[in-house]
Amino acid sequence: MSQPKSNKKPAIFFVAKEREPLFSKKNRALLKDPLDDNNPITVQVLGICSALAITVQLKPAVVMTLSVIAVMAASNVIVSLLRNAIPNRIRIIVQLVVVASMVILVDQVLRAYAYDVSKQLSIFIGLIITNCIVMGRLEAFALGNGVWKSFLDGVGNAAGYGFMLILVAFFRELFGSGKLYGIQVIPDALYEMGYENNGLMLLSPMALITLGIIIWVQRARNRKLIEKN
Amino acid sequence: MNRDSNGYTFGFAAAMVLVVASVLAFTASSLKDLQSENVRKEKMQNILSTIGVETDREGAEELFNNYIVEQLALRNDGTVDENVDAFSDVKLALELKKDVETQRFPLYVASVEESKYYIVPLRGSGLWDAIWGYIALDEDRNTIKGAVFDHKGETAGLGAEITQQWFMDRFVGEKIFDVSGKLVGISVSKTNNDPNDTDKDDHEVDAISGATITGDGVSDMIIERLQHYLPYLKATPADLAYNN
Repeated sequence: MSQPKSNKKPAIFFVAKEREPLFSKKNRALLKDPLDDNNPITVQVLGICSALAITVQLKPAVVMTLSVIAVMAASNVIVSLLRNAIPNRIRIIVQLVVVASMVILVDQVLRAYAYDVSKQLSIFIGLIITNCIVMGRLEAFALGNGVWKSFLDGVGNAAGYGFMLILVAFFRELFGSGKLYGIQVIPDALYEMGYENNGLMLLSPMALITLGIIIWVQRARNRKLIEKN
Repeated sequence: MNRDSNGYTFGFAAAMVLVVASVLAFTASSLKDLQSENVRKEKMQNILSTIGVETDREGAEELFNNYIVEQLALRNDGTVDENVDAFSDVKLALELKKDVETQRFPLYVASVEESKYYIVPLRGSGLWDAIWGYIALDEDRNTIKGAVFDHKGETAGLGAEITQQWFMDRFVGEKIFDVSGKLVGISVSKTNNDPNDTDKDDHEVDAISGATITGDGVSDMIIERLQHYLPYLKATPADLAYNN
């Protein structure tokens, strides 16, 4: 993983002897990196499918984000705990089983305690299993790092994924349905003047185009993301 | 220990499967009561909302018992099967796969402030998966009092819009029989003849753009389900005089 060439602020956290502080600079980078420099969606281009599917409205995107954070943090921790016991030849299968069980657990708990939310997400919750980011972080990070770091990495990447999801959903719901979080924000007066919701925003192609614009803006602001060759 | 040996790999896989299976089985069975309670109350909530009684999930059971005076399981010929409990025994998803003669058709009769309503459960197919709902008929067994729809996996923002109040409200006041007394149901129409659904005698509601197949599914589901209730609905022809 690339570390950020960040501005050198003095570490204000206490330093325990021979132990890395809980939120050392390195550990904070694990949380912060995926939000921008190493965003799973816009930089690594993973998890695009779900970014298209559930970004029509804000609410499902927010719940999806929370579910992915829970699933990724938990499965990263479990795989990291087992990392010295997992047989190398079946490690992908083991990771898949861990992720799948976590997803089923989340689904079951939502159905019992947050029935309305689970109805909102319907099939998408099951599709977390197929999210490349989850498996990718297990394979690339949790298998080789300690529990705390893996936890941070899971939360960070899921948050980076969710951030993009919510951003795309914001624009799609605003221009597609004139609403935010289900509440109408574009005033009726504007509709009377002839403004129309853009139906194309509700369809998948506009999610890709929105995402493309976000990547453009991000790279214009963050020059080190631009490929040299 | 050699982590790459066959024995270890098999052992690990077996242990993992056992652990995961027990954890999942334990969770599923310990949460089952809560989950089915949610589903049961939601069903009551949906049935109530077709007759204009809005409630949260907690209050659903009490109101349901207050307003729903009869729960009938009808045979295809319109007679009532006393041995079947319409609410808990009849699962439409399973019922639809049976032969028409062995199917039981649930019908709820509600009584709200002296008025009687007939609530028919619906189930059919949308674009991706099952769609279902309830439709309440007025005392004339013709005019729609209210409708509620739900779905399993229709596209968010398109087909999934059938669950929106504005779509369900379009059905209110529409009639399921034409002037000659023939069952025509309600079709979700793309013709844009009546975009604001002011004409309540056209047996049509305006469709949702981008949700053609889900909309057709709604039309098909309504006519397919209602036809089985014809013997019961027509049982007293005097009630069926067409009201203009």
